[in-house]
Formats: sequence, C-alpha cells, structure tokens
Amino acid sequence: MNPRLLLAGFTAVLVLIPLVPGVPVFWITLLGNVGLAALVAMGLVLLTGVGGMTSFGQAAFCGFGAYATAVATTTWGWNPWMALPLSLAVSGGAAVVLGLLTVRLSGHFLPLGTIAWGLALYYLFGNLDILGRHDGISGIPPLSIASHPLTDPRAVHWPIWIAVILAGIATTHLLDSRVGRAIRALRRGRLAAEAFGIDASTTKLIVFVHAALLAGLSGWLYAHVQRTVTQTPFGLNAGIEYLFMAVVGGSGRVWGAVVGAGLVTLLKEVLQRVVPAVVGTGVQLESVVFGIVLVALLQVAREGLWPHLAALLPARPRSAPDPAEALPRRTIDTGRRTPLLVLEGARKQYGGLTAVNDVSFRVGRGEIVALIGPNGAGKSTTFNLITGVTRLTAGRVSFDGAEISGTGPQAIARRGIARTFQHVKLDPDMTVLENVALGAHLRGHAGVVSAMLRLDRRDEARLLAEAAEQVRRVGLGDHMMKPAGSLALGQQRVVEIARALAMDPELLLLDEPAAGLRHFEKGALADLLRRLRAEGVSVLLVEHDMGFVMGLTDHIVVLDFGTKIAEGPPDVIRTHPAVLEAYLGGAA
Amino acid sequence: MDGTILLFLLQDGITNGAIYALLGIALVLVFAVTRVIFIPQGEFVAFGALTYSLLEAGRLPGTVWLLVGFGVAAFVSDLAAMRRAGPSLRRLAVAAVSDLVIPGLLALVAARVAGRGLGAGAHFALTVALITPLGPLLYKIAFRPIAAASVLTLLIASVGVHLALVGLGLVFFGAEGLRAPAVSDLMVNVGPLLVTGQSIAVYVVTLVAIVALWLFFERTLWGKALRATAVNGLGARLVGIRTSFSGTLAFALAAGVGAVSGILVAPMTTIYYDTGFLIGLKGFVAAIIGGLASHPATALAALAVGAVESFAAFFASDMKEIVVFSLILPVLVWRSLTATHVEEED
Amino acid sequence: MSDVLLELADVSVAYGKVQAVRGVSLTVKSGEIVTVIGANGAGKSTLLNATMGALAATGSARFAGRDLARLGVEERVALGLCLVPERRELFSTMSVEDNLVLGGFRVPKAEARRVLAEVYDRFPRLRERRDQTAGTMSGGERQMLAMGRALMSRPKLLMLDEPSLGLAPRIVADIFRIIADLRATGVAILLVEQNARAALAAADRAHVMELGEVTVSGAAADLARDERIAQSYLGLH
Repeated sequence: MNPRLLLAGFTAVLVLIPLVPGVPVFWITLLGNVGLAALVAMGLVLLTGVGGMTSFGQAAFCGFGAYATAVATTTWGWNPWMALPLSLAVSGGAAVVLGLLTVRLSGHFLPLGTIAWGLALYYLFGNLDILGRHDGISGIPPLSIASHPLTDPRAVHWPIWIAVILAGIATTHLLDSRVGRAIRALRRGRLAAEAFGIDASTTKLIVFVHAALLAGLSGWLYAHVQRTVTQTPFGLNAGIEYLFMAVVGGSGRVWGAVVGAGLVTLLKEVLQRVVPAVVGTGVQLESVVFGIVLVALLQVAREGLWPHLAALLPARPRSAPDPAEALPRRTIDTGRRTPLLVLEGARKQYGGLTAVNDVSFRVGRGEIVALIGPNGAGKSTTFNLITGVTRLTAGRVSFDGAEISGTGPQAIARRGIARTFQHVKLDPDMTVLENVALGAHLRGHAGVVSAMLRLDRRDEARLLAEAAEQVRRVGLGDHMMKPAGSLALGQQRVVEIARALAMDPELLLLDEPAAGLRHFEKGALADLLRRLRAEGVSVLLVEHDMGFVMGLTDHIVVLDFGTKIAEGPPDVIRTHPAVLEAYLGGAA
Repeated sequence: MDGTILLFLLQDGITNGAIYALLGIALVLVFAVTRVIFIPQGEFVAFGALTYSLLEAGRLPGTVWLLVGFGVAAFVSDLAAMRRAGPSLRRLAVAAVSDLVIPGLLALVAARVAGRGLGAGAHFALTVALITPLGPLLYKIAFRPIAAASVLTLLIASVGVHLALVGLGLVFFGAEGLRAPAVSDLMVNVGPLLVTGQSIAVYVVTLVAIVALWLFFERTLWGKALRATAVNGLGARLVGIRTSFSGTLAFALAAGVGAVSGILVAPMTTIYYDTGFLIGLKGFVAAIIGGLASHPATALAALAVGAVESFAAFFASDMKEIVVFSLILPVLVWRSLTATHVEEED
Repeated sequence: MSDVLLELADVSVAYGKVQAVRGVSLTVKSGEIVTVIGANGAGKSTLLNATMGALAATGSARFAGRDLARLGVEERVALGLCLVPERRELFSTMSVEDNLVLGGFRVPKAEARRVLAEVYDRFPRLRERRDQTAGTMSGGERQMLAMGRALMSRPKLLMLDEPSLGLAPRIVADIFRIIADLRATGVAILLVEQNARAALAAADRAHVMELGEVTVSGAAADLARDERIAQSYLGLH
C-alpha cells in the first residue's frame, strides 16, 4: 500500500472525526492535546534520532512561542494570526542563539547543556514582569476564521491537525533531500560528512532550529487554545515528557512522533483520572509509572515502538532513479607535469611519541601511488594529515601548488580531494544510492526551504542520476537500492569508492580499499583504478595486500615506525632488503 | 556592602557548598565507574533527610517500604540475569541475601527502633543503613541490564529513575515538609561571625567523609578496583574485576554519601519529597565544572557554587536559580572544546 | 606427559556480517608455547579476544577441562586464563605497583604478596619504578608491566597479543627472552604475533592465519624454514 494513500486516509479520518455526531468532546480535546504534543515530539524525533542530539529543553521553545503571542495579542492587541510569524521568529531566534552554543557541545555534554538552559529559561519565564511572573498571562483571544472564534474544541481541532500534517510532510521532505542526507550522515559522526564538504555545525544548527520552530508553532497554538499561559508547561518536566514521546515513538521516525505523542498522552490521562478513581486515595502514580515504563522501554525496546509498527506496513519498493541531465564535470588537464600532491617533511608528534617522522613524497598527475608498511607504521596518520583530520606538528602539504596544511576536511573536499576510510563510514540504514549521493553534496545547490517545498526535484534528480552512474561504474548496479548495511564488508568498501567518485575528484585517497575483497573483486577494483588513471585522476592508496599493490601502482612509498624507509617502482620495492626486514620482522 | 555581610554570605555559601561537594563527588564517582549521569542522587539526599527527620520525630519512615519493594524488584532482575548466565545455587543464595534478607532485616530493625527515642547518633546510623542499600538495588533494577549502553541511554534511564523516585517519595513520605531538630544549640563567635553547631557539624562531617573516601580509594584494594574500572573498564575485567561488582560498590557509596548529606541538610531547611531534584542539580553543576572527572575540582567548584548562590540570593533572590544554572553553560562549552576528540581513526 | 589446557574446536567469530575468524581449531598443552602468526587483519587478535570471552563466538572452547561457553571474561580469569591485549589496557593514571596489585585482585592476599615479589624479581625495571604512573612509561616498560600484571593472577595459560607491537628491535629481543623464560615456570603461552621470525624462534608449535582461517600448521622450527610464510605475509600468490 502506498504510504501516500495511508497518509491521505489518516488525514481524512482526522478531518472527519469532529463531524461525527456523538463523539464526546473529551476525546476531541484529548486529540487536540495529542496534536500539540506531536508537533514538539516531531521536532525532537528529528533532533535526537536523525541529528543525534538529545535535548531535554524543547518545552522552552514552546514557551517562547506561547509567551510571544500572548504578549502580542493581549498587550499590543495583535490579531492572533499576525502573531504567528512573531512566535516563530522568537522561537527561531532563541534557537539560533542557544543552538550556536549547544551544537558545539560534543557527546553527553550536549544533553547536559540543554538541561542547563532549559532550567534557566523556566525560571526566567516565571520571573519576568512582562510575562506576568508566576501568574502568567490570561485572557488571550482565540483564533478566528472570518470572525468566527474557534473556541469549541471541535473547531480548534482542524488548525492543530492541519499544522501537524503539514509539519510532518515538510519534515519528511526535508529528510528526503540533499540537506536531509547531510543531516542523516551526521548521525554516524562528523568525519565522513566533513570529508564531503558538509559543514557539521551549520547542519546541526538547521536541525536544532527546525525542531524549535515546530515547538514554537505548538506553543502558539497552545496559547490560543488554552487562552492562558503560565510557566508550568514549559519546564524540564515537560521537556522530559516530550523526550519520552520521542523515545516511545522511535527516534528518527517522523510519524512515529505522532504515535508516541498519542500513547503518552493517553497514558497520562489514564494515570491522572482512572488510577486514582480505582485506587481511591488520590495517590499520584503518574510519575512513578512514567519512570518505570521509560526504564523498561530502554531495556526491552530501545528503538521505540514505531519500528515494530512500521514492520507491519508493506515495504514500498524503491526504484532506481531515471536518467537526468548530467552534472557539470571537472576538466582535468592531463598535459600538466607538475606534481599534484606534495608532502614535505610532514611530522606528527603526540607528546613523546613521533607517529609520522619527516615524511616527504609526491603524487604526480595521473599516477597511482601506494603507501605501505607494517601495522603501526603511521600510514593512517599520514593520511589524516593530508585530509586535514589531524593537524601537522611540522612540515607542509601542498595540492596543485597551493598549501593545504592546516585547512580542515571541508576545504580539502572543495579542492577536489576525495577519500575513503579504513573503518567503513557508511550509513547502514540508507540505501547504497543515498550513501553515494552524499559524495555529490558539493555539486548540488538545493537548500532547506526548497527541500521542504519540494522545489529541489530537478537538482535532486541530477544528483541521484550522478550517484547511480557511479554505483554502476564500480559494478554494484544490482545493489543500488539495498540498505548499505546489508552488503558484505568488501562491497561496502567499494560503495565508499563510488561515494568518493561522486565528488568528481582530481585526487582519490583510498584507505585499504582491497581489504576484505575476494580475488576477482580485487581484479575488478584494479581495472577501475587503471581506468581512472587513464582519465587523469590521481590515486594515493594505503594497502597491505602487496600483490594488489605490485601489479597496479606506478610508485610505492614504504613507511616503518613513522619513517620513510624506501621509495620507488614496484620492482625495486619487491626485493628491497629493508622492506622485507620491516614486514617479516627482525630476528629476536 | 560591608565586610560583615560579605563574610556572612561567604560562610553561608561554604556551608551549602560543603553539602554540594559531597553530592558532586558522589556524582563524579558513579559516572567515572559506570558512565551513568546519576540525576536521582538528589533523591537520596531528600530521602535521607526525610528518614532522619521522621526517626527524630519518633515515627517509622516510609523508607522501609521502598527498601523492601526495591529488594523484590532487584531479586527479579537477578533471576533474569541468572537465566542468561546459567542457574547456580550459590548465585541464588547471594541474590536472596542481598535483595531480600538484608532489606527485610533492616526494615525489622527500623520498626523496633522507631519511636524508642534512641538519640541522634542511632538515628544517623539507621538512616545511613536504610538508604545505602537503595543504591545497589537501583543499579540492579535499572542500570545493570543496560550497562553497555551509551552514556545518553543511561542518562535517559537516570531521568526515568528520577521520575519514579519522586513519585514513590510522594507515596511513601507524603506531601508534608519535614525539618529535623538541630544537632546542638551551640553558637560560637568567630570574629564578627556567628557559627552554629550545625554548621560545625557540616564542616566536620564533610571533611571526615572526604578524607574517608580518599583513604578508601588510595589504600584499599576495593577502592583501587573502583578507580581501575573508571580508568579502563576492559582492563579491569581482564584482571577479574566484575563490572557488576564495581557498579554495585559505586552506587552503594553514592547512596551512603547521599544519606549523610541528607542528614546534614535536614536541620537546616524544610525538606519535601521533591526537594531533592534542585539540591541534586546544584551538586550536578559542581560536578560538571569539575569535568565529571576530578574529585578535588568538584569539591572546590561546589564551594564556588554555594558562594555564588549565596550572593545571588542576597542581591536578586528571584534570579538565584537562573544564575546558578546558567553557570554550567560556559563551562560545558569550555569542557567540550578541550575534551579529546573521540572519533579519531585508530 | 603434558595435558591439554586449551582446546578450540571450529571456532568462528563474526563482526556483524563479516566473518573475522572461520572454523579455527587448535590446542595448547601445559608448559608449551604455541604461536599464531599472520599478516595484519588475519583475525589473530579476534581469535584471542573471543577465547577470553570478550567477543561472541561459535564453536567449542574448553579450558582445563571446562566448557567456556557461558563464562564471562572475569570468570575465565579466575580459571587461570589470562590475556595481555594488543593495547595493553593498563590503568594509565595509576602507579606501577597499583597496576600489579590489581592484577592479583582475585588472588588471596598472602599469596598475592608473594607473587608480587616474584614479579618484581623477574622484572627488576618494574621494581625500580614501582611508584611511577603507568602512563608515563616507555613502550617496552608498559609491555613488561602488562605481562607482570597478567602473571599476578597465577595463570595456567597466558595469551599474548602482539607483544612486539610498536617496540624497537632491541626491546623486542628482551621481551621474547622473557617469554622464553616464562616457560620454565610452567605457564603455557599462546602467542599471537606479526613478527614471524621472533615468534617462530620462541615457540614450539605454530599456526599461520590468513583471512580468518588457519592455512599452515606445524612445528615452529619447520615453519621457520618454510617459504609459504613469506608468501602469505607479502600477499604474493
């Protein structure tokens, strides 16, 4: 069944519910609360599951939205609809400020930071005169359409759920775009994303602000439904509840947020009304049950409930992209003779340990050069020095005559240097095609807004067609639409190569590309690299497999203990005594 | 502002700071050994305070029900763990003793002692005895099953435990606030300051606790084992230190320290079932400033937090909490920037 | 007459979808030194980690007559199986003496004191530096400390993962001399190494691993003369 049909059906049901006679108002109100919560949970699901940032402070952004419109409509007499852009601007602005601070926090410092400002803001809301201090603001006008005030829960139901559905669609569109791929790539860490030109901090900020805008929208709606605003619903407790909804629904599933919001709101109702009626003592068990369920959920179903539900839906068959207009390609001047990449005296010191010891070599245009050496020789570190992941202690690296030492991975990507990783850094849940499309990130232009409004389809089509081309080029055309995690490790390495090729690079840096490949696969890889060389692409590779290296490369550099011990064409290296000594080990 | 007020505020700050220091140290200890950011530490403090106050008032504290209840839940968790590792009579016996017998005995002792007017010393000991086992029991129920999960998952679990404990606190302690009688009516003049016996008790007990902990970690094998687990979890397992052993010990220490902090706080202010969160958060601020790593840094930071709070309360009492919590942010940014980038290729 | 201490039969270890070790069988008898050599990525370390219980594996592993299947790392240590891992995993902020004392965590106190004295006799360099912080020591000293710590638990079988890794040739010679000496104490040794020459010189029996499988087995002295080793290492097929 087509998900679009499912969504249309869902929308139809929601639209019709208030019109059905006999449905108690109580249920409509409850549904309204679910909708308001779903908006916040949706943003949070994006933030935690996709962006990898857990925030306990989302409720504060609801507060910004709610208070902004409360002040505007009561003190300044604005029309509620006019106050909507103001609410969004205030929440968004606050998100930019807080986001600049928060997204730079790494690991578990980030959620701790959100707890800090979440708390500070809660107390701030309760202490400002303009916000009515602890009494808050009341007498907020309701929304009206053509001078009919929407005071009846049945009437308010529609703006709330229209907002939820539009938000869900926009967010889904965002995730299914160039920016969306960048956001999803960040979940696995910055290294791979930055190597393809993605600005990690800006991308995280985009997610943060998007989530805050959804929360601000929820706050605006809340203010005009409840008609009174105090600090209580905007504190840490609410923040924890929203996080709970995201966890229940399943981090990363946009529509799972609706499920999570629904289940948790229902649970709260049951605990607040039903249980005390049964137990009879007015004992509030809400907090206890929440806590227990949360802990149990983490032990039993860490991915939330949505994956189980989604498994019940038939999978949508995904088809390979249609051919589209080709992206502009880099012209490589194969006539030039000056070396492309030059390392001079590159050194990396970690305290007393010298990992890379004054290594110098060059990679010429249209050459395949291999960097070999026993385990721990410093090959990966040298690689990281070239790609800007690690800073040089001394020495320089130049590319095409210009010095690149000290620049970061994004700048290096923009110069046309693409790389693969020793430990494969693909997103196992994204398809092969999407992973490869990440490589073409710098060749696309569509931004956040065009993604959400689906104006990016042409740009997307060209990016995906390019990615498809590269997937076929490396011989994995049959696996294009499979999740990358389902491929064998050797094949995943080849996907990484396709991703690097999607960048249309001038220099390709491959970190152990042949590891885990079977014999005929190595042959195919060698053929591919030879073809690239003929097209003028230069390759620097780190490898252990000597057979692979000997038959393919023009020039070999051998490292041991961080120092260059030999350099030359394969025939020389094959019989070089120092090389044999280094590999087989000195006699004890 | 004259010198007397300055000194007064400082003294107030240091007294509170001493309590935050114990809290912070417990948080750092638990985090270093188990990677759990233990938000509910504040609840241990509040429950300790409430237990002590109730005993001093001659009543049976609801803690006994918590203890027995958690014991049963922990036993179930132990049974589940045994099903995976293979049943053994010895393991069953050990679990039964630690989860059922000891809590049961403590509950009985408490029932006998409550209302007998045995004095502050006995009540101190009983409070610590009742609260300390809650730590390992909670560890078994909530954290040991997900011990290998990410710090974030453990943090969310921590929040869940906090929610449950606050709710249970209301159920077993009721909504009334309690305050214990001061440990002595002593008032000493130190220059322009008036130092109460209670404050002296706080300083002395805190110092003793810190020294005792230091000796434990430096001189005993178990203390070294905890440090080792914190430094290198895999290395610890390779020398035979069981992860669950370290976790249990760390949580027991945290609960014990929490109980002591609670007893110190009980005569100073009225404690409700939900006061723990705010107190815990301030210890938390101190722990973060100390980088969640260093005990001395945490203790010093705690004194600073106490002092800042004191001054903020004096100048702008409404903004007190805002100031204290906003303190964390620049520290987090700084810590985050200086922390080693974990994602390097190996 | 030496009995079989460690018996691995058809052991396989998978990382997600990757088969890192495929159907490996080997035995180690008490008092002997067995080495597993091979190029980087052959699966040698994975094999040791799985034997220690740090990784899940299929197949059968028996030690001192007991099935290791459901035993965790800590329980295997108590049985007398010890691992010095590739990265040493020392307690780098603690002193040398503390590291050693913790090595004897499972040993009764009086015996631990005696063993500590023996370890200091074997590694006089460690005695000199007993109060030094472990993280500040040189690579060779750290390796000695790691081995000393492992010996503190009186292991019947000591597993060493690439003891020569990152060490200068002279230190490697020292380490391998110590390994040979250990045999006299009755400890059996399972040695995983990339440095084929040193390993084959020290061991009694050897296995060569390639892409997760054992390709060649035999007496160490025989393999030392075998050309196939060089080929396997340098990937020249």
